[in-house]
Amino acid sequence: MSVPGTVGWFARHEARLAWRDWLWLMTGGYRRRARTVALGFLVFALFMHGLAYLMLSHSAFIGGAPDIHILVVITGTLVLTLSLMLSQAIESVTRAFYARGDLELILTSPSSSSRLFATRLAAMAVTTWSMALVMGAPFIDVLAWLGGPRWLGAYAVAAALAMVAVAGAVVVTGALFHTIGPRRTRFIAQIVAALTGAAFAIGVQFAAILSFGTMAVPQLTLLNRLATDSNSAILWPARAVFCDPVALAALLGVSIAALAAAIHVFAPRFGRLALAATDASYSTKRRSRRRSHFRNSSAAQALRRKEWTLLLRDPWLMSQTLMQLLYLLPAAFLLWRNFYGGGDVTALLVPILIVTAGQLGGGLAWLAVSGEDAPDLIASAPVPAGHILRAKAEAVLGGIAVVFGPFVVVLAIAAPFAALVSLAGIVVAAGSATAIQYWFRTQSRRSVFRRRQTSSRVATFAEALSSTGWAGTGALAATGTWIAVIPGIVVLALVAGTWMISPTRGASRS
Amino acid sequence: MTQPLSPLALEVRALEKRFDHPAVDGLDLSVPAGEFFTLLGPNGAGKTTTLRLVTGLLKPDRGSIAVYGIDALADPIAARRIMAWVSDEPMIYEKLTPMEYLDFVGGLWAVESNRAAARARDLLGWLGLAPHADERCEQLSKGMRQKVALAGALVHEPKLIMLDEPFTGLDAGSSRVVKEVLRERVRAGCSVIMTTHILEVAERMADRIGVMANGKLIAGGTLDELRVQAGSGHASLEDTFLALVAQDAVTA
Repeated sequence: MSVPGTVGWFARHEARLAWRDWLWLMTGGYRRRARTVALGFLVFALFMHGLAYLMLSHSAFIGGAPDIHILVVITGTLVLTLSLMLSQAIESVTRAFYARGDLELILTSPSSSSRLFATRLAAMAVTTWSMALVMGAPFIDVLAWLGGPRWLGAYAVAAALAMVAVAGAVVVTGALFHTIGPRRTRFIAQIVAALTGAAFAIGVQFAAILSFGTMAVPQLTLLNRLATDSNSAILWPARAVFCDPVALAALLGVSIAALAAAIHVFAPRFGRLALAATDASYSTKRRSRRRSHFRNSSAAQALRRKEWTLLLRDPWLMSQTLMQLLYLLPAAFLLWRNFYGGGDVTALLVPILIVTAGQLGGGLAWLAVSGEDAPDLIASAPVPAGHILRAKAEAVLGGIAVVFGPFVVVLAIAAPFAALVSLAGIVVAAGSATAIQYWFRTQSRRSVFRRRQTSSRVATFAEALSSTGWAGTGALAATGTWIAVIPGIVVLALVAGTWMISPTRGASRS
Repeated sequence: MTQPLSPLALEVRALEKRFDHPAVDGLDLSVPAGEFFTLLGPNGAGKTTTLRLVTGLLKPDRGSIAVYGIDALADPIAARRIMAWVSDEPMIYEKLTPMEYLDFVGGLWAVESNRAAARARDLLGWLGLAPHADERCEQLSKGMRQKVALAGALVHEPKLIMLDEPFTGLDAGSSRVVKEVLRERVRAGCSVIMTTHILEVAERMADRIGVMANGKLIAGGTLDELRVQAGSGHASLEDTFLALVAQDAVTA
């Protein structure tokens, strides 16, 4: 047993909280699901290892000595991974500042709060590392199996990157607090995290272009210029992946020092900054810019106006929702620029617009249908349930129209038929996602938007499959082939099947 | 042609609702129009479930509910038009201002805009929220939010107001304001049904008091009538309430 108040004791406390939180996230609080979740993880791990094997088994570079080209590619991959880790870490650090949770308990106790915050920052590095390994570990394992244990150095490199990411996130968030104040930091940090994460998406496209042999990629060209030979310092992290002892020791040394320095500087200040964040949320009197004017409106109009107002006034939800667009649009631009050379873009734009509309529609539908903060008020109003639902669906589709209308209009000028297909696809994809969210609705507060996927995994998968399915149908339809009917029927069957197994249908039959 | 309203604000007959145990078990309850009625009972007695059944937030397994003579199960929309519900947790929208919230509620109940605006201003004034009318609800204290929720319940001028523990978490000043507003509504002819654990509030405000235990109404009437039923002479409501619940536990 560790002594109360020590770092070890706090670490045990944090580990227990994290484990229970994760277990709840996975099982929804039902102990009986634990076995199913374990089985699901096993299947996922096997699938990922199989996928990694398929992708890597024919690669020639795995067993040989790493040449400068391989080191550059690995360095690029590490940069991309770091950008995603940094994005995740900025979100974690920001959340830790603004979540009141046990803050008052900690700061009013005689224990050293610095030790707890130091433990929490270290725990963030462990979490960031673990998250990266969910996708990365199968590839590392397969590389080690095919190319020898030297590839296991990638685990240590991932840990080093996680430490650097958390240290960087603490510095970025702390700097934002000092420069723009606690009130604005929350919102700006969300944007910084989103942009950092989007850099990863853009980077993936760079990597794809590289694998197709197109070398006119600024980021990797830059790496090639900086890396004059395989001993270049910029390639040391890549060399550490191959268990090069000097490179690995240097990388771990630098990353541990960076995290230790960040913890040493910020842990004692963490409580003060978190209290400043709390003060900001209490003291900020946000008056409406204009006085509200009461308007004669139907219940449906009142509901639509309420949904749009709430969405527009919540920058956090806005950033979460619109991030989906941010991730997809740079990819569209890069692909258009590199693969089509400014030529016919419709074959690419049509499915991208449709899949994004489906994803955005699903998010908005969850907010409108399940994320209702005053369910009793709505349920006790003299409005039939069907009218309420229709008004909420109209609010969702109205939001979709505002976002995608300009795209369709511009596309209509260049390619009217493609615009027509896009319009139909956007309506059907957003409508399907909205319907799925309605069939699988569970009452929640809007603030748990981030965890909406865990309320029903069936709904999450069905929503993703229907969006991509409609996108595929749209891509084929845009080329004018009748074959588009086939995937269209498959997606319709998928949506119908989702309805058949939905709790809503079960409730209506019982 | 509108039908004349029943002299009973609420008439519940043989109401039953079962979860994993009977939450409401054959409840009969009548509340005359214009009365301030308070439901008391130990935790888990079925008070909140009863009010949620009346408001249509839960569907009963059996029984009937009439609100001013309107069958609330057959025509829930007509019943909801003249009812209001205030939950113990103020369910409001954090990103709306109190005025915007009341505008939204007015829209849901189809209140004419000028009338809703005037009513909203009056209510916020009475409840001491006028200085905060254009601040977002996320900035308000719990007591203020509770008052915003109450204003929302009153903006459409309901005939029957149901409140679940409305004084929980309110300071003395806010409690007094809420009590005055509720008394004013009763003077204006509304009926109020309220659950509370604060016996002093029930003693001072209620015309009649109902005591529930195990999903049943075990006693009902004025304070004097309850004392007679409990055989407790001139005891306080607290002693009377505890005696009634103890009697029920013995007979159960």
